[in-house]
Parts: sequence; structure tokens; C-alpha cells
Amino acid sequence: MKKFFSLITAIVLAFGALGTTVFATGTTEALDPESLRGTTLYVYNWGEYISDGSEGSLDVNKEFEDRYGIHVEYTNFTSNEDMYAKLISGGANYDVIIPSDYMIERLIKEGLLAKLNFDNIPNYRYIPEEYRDLYFDPNNEYSVPYTFGMVGLIYNTKMVSEAPDSWNAMWDEQYSGEILNFNNPRDAFGIAQFLLGLDINSENPDDWQAAYEKLSEEKPLVQSYVMDEIYNKMENGEAALAPYYAGDFLMMVDNNPDLAFVYPKEGTNVFVDSMCIPANAQNKEAAELYINFMLETDIATANANYISYGCPHTGVQSNPDYEWVGNEILYPESVDFKTDYFHNLSDETLSLMTSLWDDLMVEGGNNTGVYIALAVIVAAVIIIAVVMAVRKKRRANIDD
Amino acid sequence: MNQKPSLGKRLLAAPHLVWSALFIIAPLIMVVYYAFTDGNGSFTLSNITAIPDYADTFVLSIWLGLLATVISLIIAYPLAYFISQSKLPVQQTMIMLVMLPMWMNFLLRTYSWMTILEDNGIINTILTSVGLSSLRLINTRGAVVLGMVYDFLPYMILPIYSVMVKLDHSLIEACQDLGGNKWDVFSKVILPNSISGIVSGITMVFVPSVSTFYISQKLGGTSTQLIGDVIERQFMTANNYHLGAALSLVLMVLILVCMAIMNHFSDGEIETGRISA
Repeated sequence: MKKFFSLITAIVLAFGALGTTVFATGTTEALDPESLRGTTLYVYNWGEYISDGSEGSLDVNKEFEDRYGIHVEYTNFTSNEDMYAKLISGGANYDVIIPSDYMIERLIKEGLLAKLNFDNIPNYRYIPEEYRDLYFDPNNEYSVPYTFGMVGLIYNTKMVSEAPDSWNAMWDEQYSGEILNFNNPRDAFGIAQFLLGLDINSENPDDWQAAYEKLSEEKPLVQSYVMDEIYNKMENGEAALAPYYAGDFLMMVDNNPDLAFVYPKEGTNVFVDSMCIPANAQNKEAAELYINFMLETDIATANANYISYGCPHTGVQSNPDYEWVGNEILYPESVDFKTDYFHNLSDETLSLMTSLWDDLMVEGGNNTGVYIALAVIVAAVIIIAVVMAVRKKRRANIDD
Repeated sequence: MNQKPSLGKRLLAAPHLVWSALFIIAPLIMVVYYAFTDGNGSFTLSNITAIPDYADTFVLSIWLGLLATVISLIIAYPLAYFISQSKLPVQQTMIMLVMLPMWMNFLLRTYSWMTILEDNGIINTILTSVGLSSLRLINTRGAVVLGMVYDFLPYMILPIYSVMVKLDHSLIEACQDLGGNKWDVFSKVILPNSISGIVSGITMVFVPSVSTFYISQKLGGTSTQLIGDVIERQFMTANNYHLGAALSLVLMVLILVCMAIMNHFSDGEIETGRISA
């Protein structure tokens, strides 16, 4: 009897064990945050692109560290091109990066991104339908949208004679020396292309040449080509006009109420920045945990409030704590101008664009004076050398 | 005793040799390799033949570098002499004051010049508040040279000072005993004996000034594109390591040529100095 009982127990136990194994493989509750405790996660993001605890906001990275015990090593880049250069240089490994659409397209094409395991990112359910399966990631395997927005023209109402409505204002000579432009080729060329009515994704070299000539025409009027320096320059009234991302304008106007913003009538670039994991990430599970964390409604709201870009997150949009809900710059009701995404360009076009950009950066400035001055110096050096040689020889003769 | 250096001595030198091989020789070889190859790794001269397009930029860089060096020398030389002639505690304080700005990050120091020079910056605010018209300071070549001088001045002062402080006073007395006036003391004793400090000072200011990119980007606006900017862009934005390496290589050669010319002169100076002294 006793034996029989133990046999039954054994069978039951065996089945029980079998049952749990079946159950465990059936669901993919694989990610255990505890197992990642003590590891380090490398996050590479745009500057001013996360709620960082300043001005009473939530310090998102610290919150993540406190909750999961994973150390976040957070660094910034200033443009997609910078990010790409760093990524392929192999000098550093990142686990989470947040590039823009066309760069994601390029990274996918070049096999530099890892496919995400969406089982580890259940909060993906908050991403609205219209921000899924975007052109750069049609099957939504590699990226999770973080922000979206458009480029517009920021101007200082005290420094312009009339409110601009066209990119043409940046070619207006009365603002000479008070105009800023992007210090990255894609965005800068984009403005010239919209103004000229060209396709921003054109593969025709003539189109790029035309855009280059347009920018070259503008260069004498440009004070500086900037990225993040734009905050200081526009907030301090150092410049009258600057194209930049809409969300950043909302930050700037907070510090300088004289600033205003317009979407130029010729049209503008629309972008989506998404969270991705590079193919060579060392801590992919923690990266997925981080992406999921970033999509929690509270965290996403803190970020959306802080960085003030458009937020593709249904939880945030219905959260009463969200400050920018219905903001007419981030969420314009009607868009009566052309908008277009940047697409990844062919290698030929990319190298044409970078070399035209290089030409644009180098050209200009009157160097005649410099040439004359240097020539005078070279002549002086030669004369002194000759005089010294002659003197030396004479002395040598005297010594003899 | 005139044997080869002992094993111990050679071992002492080993860390430096390894360091040089790893971080000086190897990178130089990589620069040369990239300069003469294309994207597929095959040999090409196209990177080198593209250089003449940047002649203007090279010329401007060298010119501004020269200006910054000369201005630094003019400021540093009397200052170094003055410091070297002061009492020891004063000397120590002065040298610390010279070094003090170097404790702050170079990028920060340049960034703060933006705040000082901007149209609504500190200088112009003061000017307009006393009723003067404001000046165009930032985004000019003058601002770039100012930035270079400010950032690299300590590298001119320190070597000149360290030579002058070791100057043997009996030489000056000997010159005075032989009837030399103040000008003779300076031109026949102090100047020839401080040439080595001047030469290393010039090198340490000229080389970073010619190759800088951060200063010109922050203070020069569109007025000043230096060769450092072009090189930085090749690596950071354009991903054209090959052109970037070729530009760096040519820049290195140009700097070497400038240095060689200067060394030639300084050798001559020392000789004539010794003969006349």
C-alpha cells in the first residue's frame, strides 16, 4: 500500500514536472530582470532628448537604475551622421540608440541593427497604428518609435521686420549675419530642396548641384552652421532666423518669449526617431528591458513633457499629466504644406552630398590678404636666410 | 664601463618604447595607409590629388596659426622674463596663475569666450551700457586668433620661463663688465640663451593652432574654416577616412617643413649669439 502510494506520488510529480515544462516553453516569459542586475547598459541618444531630472523633472535613467540595478551609461550625439560614424568606427559598443528614420533605413540595410524581441517589449501596445510599420522598418522588426516632429523656421520677432512664412527669409539680405543654418548636410540640403521645389530624396545629381548652389548663395549671409549651439544663440538674441526641430523651439521659447515659429509654405521634413538595438549590442536583454521601460506611460509622459517633441504613445496622449496635449506646433490640426520623410540615399548620392557639403563649408571668405601676408613673410624669411648665410660666410672668411 | 646599456636600463626604457610603438608609430602607419587607399582598400593617389582643392584652407590655417604664435610670443616673452626675475614665492604664484586656466577644460574655456564676445555678450553689454556702439567680435577671424592665443599661451610661457630661470647671472654681469648696455645684455646674453625655450614654445603653440577645429567652429562662425574642421568633418560626418588621413598627412608634412625652417634659424641664432658673446 505504501509502495503504491509512493508510485502514485511519483507519477503525479512526474506529470506535474512535465506540465510545468510544457507551460514554461509555451509562454515566452523569458526575461528576468533580476538576472541582469549589476550589468551595464550603454545608451546613445541625441542631446537634450531624455527627461534628466533638471528643473524638477523625473530622472528617467536614474529611475531605471534604481528599479533594475542596471547601470546606465548615457552618452549623446549631435546628428545622425555623427552617430553613424561612431557606430561603424567600432570604437564603442552601444545597447540602445535612438536615430532618425532615414538612418534606421541605412542601418537596417547595412545589417547594423538587431531584430527586437517584442515579447520583451509588451508596452509596444501603446504605439498607435499610424506609427507602426513605417517605411524604414515596414515589418516593424527593428525599431520602436520614440518621438516625431517636423522642421520649421524659428525667428526672433524683435529682429525681423515681418513674420516670415517661407524658407526664402533665410536668403533675405536684410538679415545678413543673423541667419543660422543646420550643421549637418541632410537637413541643410533639405531646406534648399524644399525651397527649390526639389525632391529631398532625389537621386539626380543635378538636383543636388542646384541645392548646393542655393546654399552657396546663402552662405555669405549665414552667421554660423550650428546644431545644439542653437539654443544659446536663439535664446540670447544672437541670431534672427534659424531652422530647427519644432520640439526644440518649445524649449527655447520658454527662455525667450520673443521667439516665434512657422512651418514654411514650401513644405518641410517630417521625421520619426526610434529606439533601436545595434547588432553588436552586448546587453540586448537589458536594452529591451530599457525600451519597454521607456514606453511605460509615466516614463513616456515624463520624457514627452521634458523634450517637448511629438509623442507616438496612446497612454501619454490620454494622460492628464501630459503638458503638450493638442499643442498646435507639435500636433497641427491641418497640414496644408508638403511634408516628406528623408529616405536613405544611394552611396553615390551620399558621397556627392558630402562632397558638395564640404565644398560649401570650405568656400568663401576673401583670402587675398592672407596670401599677400604669407607671401611677404616667406619673402622675409628667404631674405633673412640669405643675409645670415652671407654673414656666416664672411665671418668664416675672417676667422680663416 | 663603456658597455652597452645594462638589461635593467633597457627594461626601464621598455614602457616608453611600447607606448611609442602602440600609440605613435602604429597610428602614423594607419594614417599613411588610409591616405593612399580607397574604400576598397586598393592603392590610390586620388586622396592626395584632391588636396589642392583645400589649398585656401591650408593657407588660412597656417596664417592664423602664425599670427597666434607671434602674438603669444610677444605676450609671453616679457612675461616669462618678468616672472623669472621675481622673488621665488612670487615666481611660484605667477606660474600657478599661468597654469590655472589649464585646470579647466579646454572646450569649456573656448565656450565661455562665446559668451564674452557675442553680440549680446559681456563686452558688448558693457560697451552699450556706457553709451558706446557695440562691436562685431564673434564669428570673425580675430576671435579665432584670440581663442588660440588664450588657449595656448601657457605653452609659450612655461618653456621660455624654464629656460630663463636657469640663466646664469654671471653671464649678464660679464656682459655688463665688458661695457654692455641694457640692449647688449638682452640681445647678446638673454635672447641667445633663451632660444631653446622660444623654439619649444613656438612649436607647442603653432602646432595645435594650425590643427585646431573646435576654436574656429565656436568662435569663427562661417568666417573661418580651418583645415582641422575639414579633417574633423571627414571623420565625423562624411565617413571619408581616406581623404581625412590624406589631409592629416599633408598637414603633418607642412608643420614639419615649418619646424625645419625655424630650427634652421634658431641654430644660426645660437651660433652667432655665441660668437658675438
